[in-house]
Amino acid sequence: MSATHTIVNLPDQRTATLPKRTYLNNEDGLLSWLLTGDHKRIAMLYLVSITFFFFIGGAFAGLIRLELLTPQPDLVAADTYNKFFSMHGIIMVFLFLVPSVPATLGNFLIPIMIGTKDLAFPKINLLSWYLYWLGGLVVLGAMVLGGVDTGWTFTTPLSTHYLNTHVVTAAMGVFILGFSSIFTGLNFIVTIHRMRAPGMTWFRMPLFVWSHYAASILMVLGTPVLAITLVLVALERLFGIGVFDPTKGGDPLLFQHLFWFYSHPAVYIMILPGMGVISEVISTFSRKRVFGYTAVAFSSVAIALFGFFVWAHHMFIMGVSNYSALVFSLLTMLVAVPSAIKIFNWSFTLQKGSITFETPMLYAFGFLGLFTIGGMTGVFLGALGMDIHLTETYFIVAHFHFVMVGGMLMAFLAGIHFWWPKMTGRMYSESLSKLAAVTTFIGFNLTFLPQFILGYLGMPRRYHAYPQEFQVLNVLSTAGATVLGVGYMLPLIYLAWSLKYGAIAGNNPWQATGLEWQIQSPPLTENFIETPIVDHEAYDYEWLEHKTAHEVTTVG
Amino acid sequence: MDNAIVATHPHTHETAVPAEHEHVALPQHRHHFETQEQQREAGTFGMWLFLLTEIMFFGGLFFAYLLYRNWYNPAFVAASNQLSIPLGTANTAILISSGFFMALGVWAAEVKKKNLLVLFLVLTTVFGLAFLGVKYFEYKEKWELHHIPGASFDVSQFINPHAYGLKEEPLAPDMAQKTQVFFFLYFAMTGMHALHMIIGIGLLFWLTWRANRGEFSAGYVAPIENFGLYWHFVDIVWIFLFPLLYLINRHPV
Amino acid sequence: MSEFHDPSNVVNPEHADHHIVTPAVYGIVFATLLVFTGITVAAAFKNLGILNPIVALAIACTKGVIVILFFMHVKYQSKLVKLTVTAGFFTFLVLITMTLTDYISRAWGLWS
Repeated sequence: MSATHTIVNLPDQRTATLPKRTYLNNEDGLLSWLLTGDHKRIAMLYLVSITFFFFIGGAFAGLIRLELLTPQPDLVAADTYNKFFSMHGIIMVFLFLVPSVPATLGNFLIPIMIGTKDLAFPKINLLSWYLYWLGGLVVLGAMVLGGVDTGWTFTTPLSTHYLNTHVVTAAMGVFILGFSSIFTGLNFIVTIHRMRAPGMTWFRMPLFVWSHYAASILMVLGTPVLAITLVLVALERLFGIGVFDPTKGGDPLLFQHLFWFYSHPAVYIMILPGMGVISEVISTFSRKRVFGYTAVAFSSVAIALFGFFVWAHHMFIMGVSNYSALVFSLLTMLVAVPSAIKIFNWSFTLQKGSITFETPMLYAFGFLGLFTIGGMTGVFLGALGMDIHLTETYFIVAHFHFVMVGGMLMAFLAGIHFWWPKMTGRMYSESLSKLAAVTTFIGFNLTFLPQFILGYLGMPRRYHAYPQEFQVLNVLSTAGATVLGVGYMLPLIYLAWSLKYGAIAGNNPWQATGLEWQIQSPPLTENFIETPIVDHEAYDYEWLEHKTAHEVTTVG
Repeated sequence: MDNAIVATHPHTHETAVPAEHEHVALPQHRHHFETQEQQREAGTFGMWLFLLTEIMFFGGLFFAYLLYRNWYNPAFVAASNQLSIPLGTANTAILISSGFFMALGVWAAEVKKKNLLVLFLVLTTVFGLAFLGVKYFEYKEKWELHHIPGASFDVSQFINPHAYGLKEEPLAPDMAQKTQVFFFLYFAMTGMHALHMIIGIGLLFWLTWRANRGEFSAGYVAPIENFGLYWHFVDIVWIFLFPLLYLINRHPV
Repeated sequence: MSEFHDPSNVVNPEHADHHIVTPAVYGIVFATLLVFTGITVAAAFKNLGILNPIVALAIACTKGVIVILFFMHVKYQSKLVKLTVTAGFFTFLVLITMTLTDYISRAWGLWS
């Protein structure tokens, strides 16, 4: 037990027992899971689902890196390679990153964190999961039928005019996934506005909830534009109209405007929930309230708002006018500010905190460093002059993998490890998990740092061959990918193992604040025996100390 | 400071609480909501959020229209003049009437008048079906004139309108081709709109059947109310489509 | 109110009432919408130059606002609902105007 290495007095877990009645055992049978309305069960269904798709997407990544070991195009044909990175992108973005934290941790925790029994619309929540699977199966169908090679960005007129692959199928899969995302976001917004427990005012909510609120606004307002864009691509392919075809009077840039109008906010949909996780983890393992709560809360909403104003920075070299590019570049500088505010606030949370290094905290530290690098390189790319040199090179690839993988995926893992005891009632092996975290960090840096250099030197992205002089860096990158793969597979093993053999967690193994840590692990189906009344602020460790002294159990 | 998870009064169950402000717990009360009030407001708010997604969904089409109308104005004018104003105006009036009856239906549910509610829902449906009927004729006419975009699109009416008895300016061949873009947007936008109407009419059948069984005349009005929101939104989309598609330039030069 | 204790009135901060809009109001709105429809058709047949599309859109917006306020009850709803509707149209306007910044400065009236 990490009890001996922390300053905190953890309750004696040798005497903790699993509660008799939990959301996991109160109903039996497959149908009770497939027809559930319980947000916690749906969260677990999602967890299994996204893990499945993550490893498929990861397999494609492995194949990409394998091809890139050598400068020659010797592993697969060019079209096949294109299919690899397209499937990798589509699966990782739409089937993993977008739903990752919201659909698993968000679904599980938001009602509990605000003190209510479930989300506003449990049936819509379940529908969301079914739509996820429908979309996922359609995307897999596109893959099995032969794949799509447009890149995850479906850029026209390549996707509408010049390719014979399963663009429409893949596009329809993504369309369906979009609705899964919309319904999740819709549910969160209504729940957060209208179902908070008595005394749970906006500014007493955990920052995890704030960040999901901001992400949900993006989901609801941005995703429909992607939907109509994909419909137009499909119609154009099916009827040859010319909406995006210059030979028929269309403008290919119109597609890009509409596509990126969603896809830029999409990256904030992906990162904001992860930032929410980091707020919780850093606070808990520094035993300190988050520095500048209001600033962090407002910065989440600011990111969501400004995120709508910057999309054309993905199009600087595509033919937008100089004036427009200038406007979008300036706005891009602006959108970096709220993210930076968060990093500052987390750093100041650490300062003079009582820091301990449990696994979630290791992932959080990884996030802090890697997201900062990723974010900074984003600012470089937002500068017009730099972008002209760096765009469509591996610099971009490195940039977004730093924020998405070094940032978001690490945050996701931090969250899984942090709330695993709550969701399952079990602790995992701390030494194995620390090993996995460190392995992931090393593997990640080895994989993606060389790609910054490669991009700066001019290696284009989405190419399966490259000049000889880039090989060393590519080999380093592939080697890193192998290490990274090991790092990601380890949690599968020890987390699964913990389900049966892990130590019993008890209510609050991390001595964290937050309503979810005051109830049993795993929680009851209805979360609370009685509606909580909240009269303390978030991250109130003094309140927690007093409570621990007169511990009241709420075991079912 | 005590444990802040203090017991409140145990929440009430389905048995009717003595009514103050008519906050009786209805049989449709869902347990994760504390009050019927909360459930109703959550439902309305949720429906509005869904309508926001619809605004953004149609928004992409509206922008494409804006762009190409600016780029190919002569083609858009000529193509738009092929649409029938009487039919379009009639349809607008029909849809507004449908919306009017829907609003009355919500009122009937709120004042608990079952038969009126059913009547108004039926009228809403009838007018909705009438709208679709008119659209069918319009589409059929376009099909006959070979104005459906695609391989069989025929531009001859635009290159040489006088030969067809049309009081239009002839268009150059490449501009005449751009009428396809107009018709594509016409079919895409009205088609998407019609799809939403068809879904709405399907829901209307279901709601009318339930209303007839008395499900919405005993205080539980949320489904009628929220469907009304959806229906009115579809109406608003048409309110914009009509002038944009039919009334581009109807004045002789 | 049922016995749900909600001291800081989190659930319904604005105590939004269930104002029932009367059929008379609906009737007036209905008539207004039809009148505006007639006006917009008539205006299309007059040459107002650049004002034609502006008038058409203005009338459409007015009709839309009337439907939203009265048929959809937004006039009588909580501030949250009003804010939500506004947010939706705001985002729509962002899509239109910011995309326009590109087209206006690059390719406006390209073919006319």
